[in-house]
Amino acid sequence: MKFPRFTYFAVLTLSLLGAATSAFAEQKLLPAQSEIVFVSKQLGVPIEGRFKKFDGQLAFDAAKPEASRIAFTVDVASATFGVPETDAELSKASWFNTARFPQATFQSTAVKGLGSGKFEVSGTLSVKGATRNVVVPVAVTQNGATTLAIGTFSLKRLAFQIGQNEWADTSVVADDVQVKFKFALTGVGKL
Amino acid sequence: MRTNHLELRGFGEAGQALPQFPAAVSSRYSRTAIVLHWALGLAIVAVFGAGIFMANLPFSPLRLKLFNWHKWAGMSFLALSVLRLLWRLTHRPPALPERIVAAMPAWQHWLHKATHIALYALFFAVPLIGWAYSSAAGFPVVLFGVLPVPDFVPADKALAALIKPWHQVSAFALMGLALLHAIAAVKHQLWDRDGLLSRMWPGHR
Repeated sequence: MKFPRFTYFAVLTLSLLGAATSAFAEQKLLPAQSEIVFVSKQLGVPIEGRFKKFDGQLAFDAAKPEASRIAFTVDVASATFGVPETDAELSKASWFNTARFPQATFQSTAVKGLGSGKFEVSGTLSVKGATRNVVVPVAVTQNGATTLAIGTFSLKRLAFQIGQNEWADTSVVADDVQVKFKFALTGVGKL
Repeated sequence: MRTNHLELRGFGEAGQALPQFPAAVSSRYSRTAIVLHWALGLAIVAVFGAGIFMANLPFSPLRLKLFNWHKWAGMSFLALSVLRLLWRLTHRPPALPERIVAAMPAWQHWLHKATHIALYALFFAVPLIGWAYSSAAGFPVVLFGVLPVPDFVPADKALAALIKPWHQVSAFALMGLALLHAIAAVKHQLWDRDGLLSRMWPGHR
């Protein structure tokens, strides 16, 4: 493959920029202390599930939030309600169809600081081949070297075709799904 | 219809006393007791049948619906059983007619009492154990899909596994005793022909 000279220049510049802001490159997600929980209502009964495998690529700067970039990838097949029979259903085509869509992704488009550790992260969420814009409120706290980012947002499962055919009935499984996350991060600069 | 007829007659004979019931009425259960008996008796059969049916269903919207309806019905049954017990405690049931008492051997008297006590105990035990299992399994009961009911026991998978068989065992015991109770009533009606059933038969005076 041959790229125009400009590309090399751009890559070099970005690399240098990256080196200059090396603190960002070291930001890491601590999976063991992080969680992504989703709460779906079945006939009014809140049922809690979680994704066990996910990762984040972060360049978060509390001092300059608009320059932050936040991305997550979720291994959708790791979804569990803690009930084996139900988990076996989740990977099927009418739910997550993990064979065709193994990953869900989030990519920030804008990060806004709201003061006192509160941020608003806008971005695109892609699940099961559908992409939707979401706005996620995040509260950030720090304890020693660990930074905790906690937030909750809701999404419409049918916008992502999660639960099709007989499962599209929202009187059985509500359209609204609450997503609650807690991300433990290292390498984030002081708030 | 009978009641309407009596009331209409009451209206027609304005100023007169309401029609007098014969003294035999006192050997019948009260109307409230009769309504609770038959309504809850039918409920036991329906909820038991649904429970057996849904337990073998594959994961499906129907399964979810039946499980929740079963829980709503069970909680309603529990609440009505409280009412029924209170009614029973505050309204003495009619004494058994003397000729029936005389005709019953001692073991039947004992069994008659024991069955009723055990039935009442199971009216509470079966739904309470079901509620406990649902709570322990992490599925809080939301009555009719709108009214969250507090967890009876904390959500705990190990506890849920421990409780699980007892809902079934107690439900089968309740069903078995209800069947024994029905067989005894039929035996009195068709074999002994002592009219015992009329004490609880709806609408009959």
